[in-house]
Amino acid sequence: MSKTILHIEDIKREFVMGSEIVRALKGVSFTVKEGEFVTIMGSSGSGKTTLLNILGCLDKPSSGKYLLDEVDIMHLDRNELARLRNTKIGFVFQSYNLLPRTTALENVELPLFYNSAISSEERRERALKALHSVKLDDRADHTPNQLSGGQQQRVAIARALVNNPVMILADEATGNLDTRTSYEIMSLIQELNANGKTIVFVTHEPDIASFSSRTITLRDGRVQKDTMNQNKRVAKEALESLPVSDDY
Amino acid sequence: MSIFNLIKLALRALQRNKLRAFLTMLGIIIGVAAVIAMMAIGQGSKESIQSSLSSMGSNMITIFPQSNIPGGARMGGSSFQTLTLADVAAIKKGAADVRNVSPLASSSGQSIKGANNWPTQIQGVDTGYLEIRQLKIKDGIMFSESDIASSAKVCILGQTVINNLFPDGEDPIGQVIRFNKIPMQVIGTLVPKGASSFGQDQDDVILAPYTTVMKRITANIYVQQIYASATSESTSDNATKEITTILEQTHRIRAGEEDDFQLRTQAELMSTMSSTSTMLTVLLTSIAGISLLIGGIGIMNIMYVSVTERTREIGLRMSIGARSVDILMQFLIEAIMISITGGLIGVVLGLISSQLIKTWAHWPILISESSIVLSFLVCGITGIFFGYYPAQKASRLDPIEALRYE
Repeated sequence: MSKTILHIEDIKREFVMGSEIVRALKGVSFTVKEGEFVTIMGSSGSGKTTLLNILGCLDKPSSGKYLLDEVDIMHLDRNELARLRNTKIGFVFQSYNLLPRTTALENVELPLFYNSAISSEERRERALKALHSVKLDDRADHTPNQLSGGQQQRVAIARALVNNPVMILADEATGNLDTRTSYEIMSLIQELNANGKTIVFVTHEPDIASFSSRTITLRDGRVQKDTMNQNKRVAKEALESLPVSDDY
Repeated sequence: MSIFNLIKLALRALQRNKLRAFLTMLGIIIGVAAVIAMMAIGQGSKESIQSSLSSMGSNMITIFPQSNIPGGARMGGSSFQTLTLADVAAIKKGAADVRNVSPLASSSGQSIKGANNWPTQIQGVDTGYLEIRQLKIKDGIMFSESDIASSAKVCILGQTVINNLFPDGEDPIGQVIRFNKIPMQVIGTLVPKGASSFGQDQDDVILAPYTTVMKRITANIYVQQIYASATSESTSDNATKEITTILEQTHRIRAGEEDDFQLRTQAELMSTMSSTSTMLTVLLTSIAGISLLIGGIGIMNIMYVSVTERTREIGLRMSIGARSVDILMQFLIEAIMISITGGLIGVVLGLISSQLIKTWAHWPILISESSIVLSFLVCGITGIFFGYYPAQKASRLDPIEALRYE
């Protein structure tokens, strides 16, 4: 049986907005095992973003239990959470969030700067390896404004991979991209997943969710549906079935 | 993040906004340059005052006459006539800590040699005067005790007088000049001393035996001043007390009465003068310091802008594992880099401008290491102080909000 990467139990999160209490999550539980590719779906207001922030250790639940790679995060302080984010989670954002005027290689190196155990040689080596795994070796010296949206997102994925995290957490990672590029990114993510990476992908597009092995649907702060995806699509094939050219 | 990487990061951030970084630095540059130049001017003038005062004789005690209000009416300064040769003799005899004492009977007048003439001052003094005033004979000899006893018509010339009476460069020794129609033979010349710190030409003088001046020129039994030298700098206070006691006796001044003379020591003069220049230095430096402060506020301002601009970057860094202290250090070091770089440029600029002031305005300049170290230190502290608040603001951002910041 494979290892449990993520285990949440009855997670609740409440925000105080003036005099009102907004209950964004009303008790969410699920478990993600190593090597799974899970999409979290839900319309806006379903609590998707709140859950993502909690899964990413950027926020703590008001109550409940959260084990990330067997570490209970409820008792960690700000600095320990930062350390956890640094070593166990790889973030991929919708808007890439690359540092401007900084080369792709340096962008990928960034998480390793905050890990004092890694020497500068190892940092470079690992960043180059991560860039290689997203097939951007030849773009290492390019700055974000010299890269296309898809390439920028691939740099961001390389950055998420570089610290060898137990889980990649993607937030609408294809939201800013056209269909072809989205499929390219999904193909890359499927490839990473095939190599054993655990992936949690937040999206609101059913099309994207169909590439994953499991879909959790949130509604009004609760899990509405949690289904294994029987006929998972292969992004590479989907890409080939697209019209070859965009010319019209 | 290691300090080396933080510095690299800060340099990068500054490089990206070169003009803005430079303009921010400008406040610090001007502040530091001004502090260094002002301190150089202040200390230079203090130093030059001190050296010129001590070249006048650091053990010197000057005794001036002062009004004693005999009839209730105060008299004008030039009419004070209370010091006599008897006082000189009494000091010579009674004051143990006094090495030399000399009266000074002076008179202004025209010195003439052939077709040349020059308005100058003749000073009738005793042989000890040279030691008291730290004067030296360049050529020839000093007049002797017997010249004094016989009121000999001999004199010693200062360099300015020589230049004006002997413009062709002939040897003045042995020549006869006239001062107020009285012929006098030149037996010696003085080593030039230059201008005093008051701007007075110390070489524009003729020295003669006091007997000669008092009998033949001033025709007066009173002397203008008495000069004395203490045996050493440390006995200067004792010597002053002894002289005061002796003069109070000879002048029959009862306890509680105002003295009809006044003593001034060189040390006193020196402290007065240097306190003036210290005040000047403090004043100039504090004005310069204010501009340094304004420079610091400029840094704070720009760092706040920088933090706001880079909110998303901060959010990203936090989400990939930067701790609050990492963010704090990143912005703090950036602020310190601005102020230190500005400080370095300021030091160089301050040194250059001090040199320019020296060469063009001919002001005495003294650049002390302490002023450089001090202004540099102030610079670093400014960077930390004014950089801390913006950096702290950055480090306290909520990563979730920072990431979504538009």
